[in-house]
Amino acid sequence: MTDTQTINFELVSPEEKLIEEPVKMAVIPGTEGELGVGAGHSSFVVALKLGVVQLYKQEGDTDPQKIFIAGGFADVTGQQCTVLAEQATNVNDLDQAALEQELADLTEDLDRAADAAETLRAESAMVLVKAKLSAVTGALVV
Amino acid sequence: MASLRDYRDRIKSVTSTRKITSAMKMVAASKLRRAQEQAEASQPYAQSMADMLARVAANVTVNASSSKLLAGTGSDQTHLIVVVTADRGLCGGFNGNLAKAALKMARDLIAQKKDVKFICVGRKGQVLVQREMRERMWESFTGLFGKSRVDFAAADEVTSYILDKFDAGEFDVCTLLYNEFKSVLTQTPTAQQLIPFKLPEMQDNEEQDKGDSAASEGGPSSPYDFEPEEEEILNALLPRNLGVQIFRAFLDSAAGEHAARMTAMDNATRNAGEMIDDLTLQYNRARQASITKELIEIISGAEAL
Repeated sequence: MTDTQTINFELVSPEEKLIEEPVKMAVIPGTEGELGVGAGHSSFVVALKLGVVQLYKQEGDTDPQKIFIAGGFADVTGQQCTVLAEQATNVNDLDQAALEQELADLTEDLDRAADAAETLRAESAMVLVKAKLSAVTGALVV
Repeated sequence: MASLRDYRDRIKSVTSTRKITSAMKMVAASKLRRAQEQAEASQPYAQSMADMLARVAANVTVNASSSKLLAGTGSDQTHLIVVVTADRGLCGGFNGNLAKAALKMARDLIAQKKDVKFICVGRKGQVLVQREMRERMWESFTGLFGKSRVDFAAADEVTSYILDKFDAGEFDVCTLLYNEFKSVLTQTPTAQQLIPFKLPEMQDNEEQDKGDSAASEGGPSSPYDFEPEEEEILNALLPRNLGVQIFRAFLDSAAGEHAARMTAMDNATRNAGEMIDDLTLQYNRARQASITKELIEIISGAEAL
């Protein structure tokens, strides 16, 4: 018997299944705003943007597990929340100093980019790093 | 007749060859195990992706305004064949069979007055395809399987190359050709059409029903909501799905490569063993013959006195 008060949360990357556990509520970053998903949620499919997935494991949990994902999709039914993400990292494993360094490097790359393809690559890498930074600091980095 | 020394040298060289092939076999076996584990680990993602696609597709009708990845360009003049092979040889007919299948497919298409282009993944396929169809080769990706595991990033690189070309309208139909891993003993060249993508409706609808009735009391008919709209999700899903399909082909091919190499090296080791036995027999016979000859010479020499 599954506990009706929790929802089974799954996080899968193309390479492996990263997390599979029951949670009280999962907050996922939809393209049109964050959504909290709990047991009995109506079924839907949602596209996700770069952002943080928060897992509240128990009732009144104040310190959710935070996982950074680089976009993806979520498939939600009443009992199951499956998040497909191409890249996922525990927010606690992100190193703020290293990310800031990377951002500085990328800014430099962007200035020196020779052609459009290089600019594009640096820009998309920068979006990713910025999103990771804001996940760590909790503030919006622009 | 070969001298005793020649036999000894041959035996020595075959023995060291056997050592190498048996070592390669063991390396391939351990790599195969890892590749199989990885293929297994990637299953949930591919499965969820397929389920999700089926769900979205059930709510979308394919029409002229749908994504070109689904509806096609309306023509089938230019075919792109993506050939996935290994970087290295010594794995039996693994690369050769696939290249043969690729070239046959290309010849058939050319006979139908279609244009054919190639993208090769893996050095061996590149070499074999280039031999006949150099001018049709767009790009080749090598060194993707060199590492102990296949990165999704590698599949991503190939995927974005294909998508760029598709967006630029440079081809109409894309087919992926790879060795499907059936078992350790059999890998079969398999063609899979990637663009335009065929939605696996029948099969996946069944799976979806099963999944739904198992997962929710609401029954299989529970309505799905989509955010953003179905069309938009589908358009975002399709390129990802392309990546997933290519990644899966990579994993299959990598596992198949190691399996094929293991089988080939097993045969080689066995053959080397047989050869050593044969040579040892011949060596002993030759040695005995020379001893006999010497004896006869001594005896007949003594008799002559």
